[in-house]
Amino acid sequence: MEIDPFIFRLSIFILAIFVGYYVVWSVTPSLHTPLMSVTNAISSVIIVGAIVAALAGENSNIFDTANIFGFLAIILAAINIFGGFLVTHRMLAMYKKKKKDK
Amino acid sequence: MSANLLAVFYLISGVLFILALRGLSSPETSRRGNLFGIIGMIIAIGVTIISIGNFSTGFIFLLIFLLLGGSIGAFIAFKIPMTAMPELVAGFHSLVGLAAVFVAISAFLNPEVFNLGSPGNIKIASLIEMSLGAAIGAITFTGSVIAFFKLRGLMSGSPITFIGQHFINLALGVSLIGLIIYLCNTQQEYLFWSLIAISFLVGILLIIPIGGADMPVVISMLNSYSGWAAAGIGFTLENSALIITGALVGSSGAILSYIMCKGMNRSFFNVILGGWGATEESSKTVSTEQKPVKNGNADDAAFLMKNASSVIIVPGYGMAVAQAQHALREMVDSLKKNGVKVSYAIHPVAGRMPGHMNVLLAEANVPYDEVFELEDINNDFANCDVAYVIGANDVTNPVAKTDPQSPIYGMPILDVEKSKSVLFVKRSLSPGYAGIDNDLFYRENTLMLFADAKKMTEEITKSL
Repeated sequence: MEIDPFIFRLSIFILAIFVGYYVVWSVTPSLHTPLMSVTNAISSVIIVGAIVAALAGENSNIFDTANIFGFLAIILAAINIFGGFLVTHRMLAMYKKKKKDK
Repeated sequence: MSANLLAVFYLISGVLFILALRGLSSPETSRRGNLFGIIGMIIAIGVTIISIGNFSTGFIFLLIFLLLGGSIGAFIAFKIPMTAMPELVAGFHSLVGLAAVFVAISAFLNPEVFNLGSPGNIKIASLIEMSLGAAIGAITFTGSVIAFFKLRGLMSGSPITFIGQHFINLALGVSLIGLIIYLCNTQQEYLFWSLIAISFLVGILLIIPIGGADMPVVISMLNSYSGWAAAGIGFTLENSALIITGALVGSSGAILSYIMCKGMNRSFFNVILGGWGATEESSKTVSTEQKPVKNGNADDAAFLMKNASSVIIVPGYGMAVAQAQHALREMVDSLKKNGVKVSYAIHPVAGRMPGHMNVLLAEANVPYDEVFELEDINNDFANCDVAYVIGANDVTNPVAKTDPQSPIYGMPILDVEKSKSVLFVKRSLSPGYAGIDNDLFYRENTLMLFADAKKMTEEITKSL
């Protein structure tokens, strides 16, 4: 008897929810805003789907409707990826400890 | 590249994303965490491009669009002021949602590319997954756009309610499920488009009844939705990086909304059903009787604080509005020169998004080890000489502990009233968002400073 690959993906999904649960509870509350911006950035990994969709089909017809939606999704996800990681970086750079010698 | 190798790389980027979130457990490790996230993203994008192996016209367009989006994103990230972070995050959520919708549409129109069958004959499981991804994505998109408008002030922050709202939402929700079932049976294209259209509508209807001060919950909730949408698409595309990320983001948003709900003593159900508007209405009956208030000026405040040995600052949304964080830091600097011990107390729902106040204080160069969360600092109010409340209101209202009739009863509050004296910077005596009079205004030990938060803080600094 063979197991449907869907079950494997479902296992990954469920386990990742648990990982997420424990990891996020350990995030310090003062970093909740960077947490939101970084989760924003990483959820834009949806861009891999957009890339596949955009580059699908033969070269003769790269601007099929399906491709266009793919390209649009690439732009949106790219805004998010660059914007999300950079703004997170900008925020995290501001968190400083008290200077000991002063 | 073989499919197996590709899957391994996606798994690696998934793990790197977990490490990115893990890094946020402390500010020291957070920057490295962000780097892990970036590496994970580069791996995911890189192997996807290599696996397609199409380095011709399409690839050039891909690069152009990637750079176009990337430069827009980078431009926004560098230009945005820290006070605008809530609307930025809402805006970013909307993009994730819309991207999920677009990818789902693309997969629906051209299923062969993703090995999902052929148009009109898509595998049922994939169809359900992409429908869910598209629907949640669409809800995230319009919901976030509304949240963005409200936060940006382009739309009134007050709740918009109408009769039968919950009934309409319920009916639309049921019709969404019906559409998905019908779609699976018939594979008709128009059903898929109607599904997306209705989801757009649901997103709008879900968020319009929610008022400005409840935005922390809304933003976290939309954060969670964007994750579930990504996960739905991940199942469709059989991509483990996307599934892992979706699950991470989904649970992250859910936890944040839970924390925000706790901070406001609202039930999770209350939140998910979007049933806020109703409770607000009943509480708008504010007693108009005039009670005596002690009114002070900057000199009084400066005198009190200079002679104090410890001061606790309680910032709220008003500080963000007045952009008073830098002025506040300067005031604290002069206090420290006078030998006063200063710390900051942050309520979980202060501001418009989780951690809003912390970011603003960090921007003003306040060291993060002087900033404390509610449970860590609440006992210190009893031993502190002066509490300086700047732009916060409901989160300091003692009514939450004393009056079971009050709408905010049971909400955890900062025990500001226990400190020897309270300085309350506020523009007028008007009640806070919840529409409840703050008992603290009329206390013996409270001195009201009626002014703009920034101006008052600057004046105090001058008289120190």
